[in-house]
Amino acid sequence: MKLKCKHVWEHISEYIDNSVDAKLREEIERHLEHCEICSAILDSTRNILVLTADERTFELPVGYSKRLHERLTKELEGSEKDSKKE
Amino acid sequence: MRMAETNEAGLIARILGGEKELFHELIRPYERMVYLTVFSILKNEADAEDGAQEAVISAYRHLSSFRGDAKFSTWLTTIAINEGRKRLRKAKSVAEDSIDEEVEGHEGDYSPAPLTDWREVPLEALERKELREALRGAVAELPGIYREIFILRDLEELNVEETAQALGITANVVKVRLHRARILLQKRLVPYLKTTAPARRGFFGRAL
Repeated sequence: MKLKCKHVWEHISEYIDNSVDAKLREEIERHLEHCEICSAILDSTRNILVLTADERTFELPVGYSKRLHERLTKELEGSEKDSKKE
Repeated sequence: MRMAETNEAGLIARILGGEKELFHELIRPYERMVYLTVFSILKNEADAEDGAQEAVISAYRHLSSFRGDAKFSTWLTTIAINEGRKRLRKAKSVAEDSIDEEVEGHEGDYSPAPLTDWREVPLEALERKELREALRGAVAELPGIYREIFILRDLEELNVEETAQALGITANVVKVRLHRARILLQKRLVPYLKTTAPARRGFFGRAL
């Protein structure tokens, strides 16, 4: 049985994650071979994920790490004093 | 690169044994993850940084309650999520809507946008700065329940089980929400992903 586009769309996320079973995977791949629209949707979705994983897309604030460790140092020193008081 | 888990367990034992300064080393591989987790909830850099600091301090103070039945990264993510939600609730306390009431409905269109004149996006196109800006904006506009899943899975690259554990939901809910998040982003970003570049097969061709 041939898959409809809508059926492919429903599984596109799981297909990308490689978590569809072998049979469905094969059906989807067969569909993609002749369906330009679904291929384009798959490509564009994958591109978004590549871009998301690119560290330049979601950057940390400048100086974040330094400030974090400074704060942590204060906390560690504070707890040191507390334990000495006990 | 994340430390080997055995090394991590050793570090935790030493910190609890009194070598407190080793906590700096324990947390270092997860700094980005903690920040992004809080950011996924608060959507604001300054608030996310404050929240991330608070989450790390909280992890330090509660380290003795880490039992090792979950991965340290998952435990830490849960703390970051709680910190983010606490701040969000505080910010929203005057507003009527509560994040707890935000659940996915069955209605809504979660079909991707078809691209009729799609051509392979060349690698260079993904380098464009405005595309990254558009993606950040689109992620910020996602409904909260989809945004947090998307960031944990596709940005921090937690697996389905870890994400489910960190958020206290089922693996199936993670999959459904992730699917919707990705589709919503695809729809939103299609105009930016279209290109007039000549068609070619390559980078993300179907052959992959």
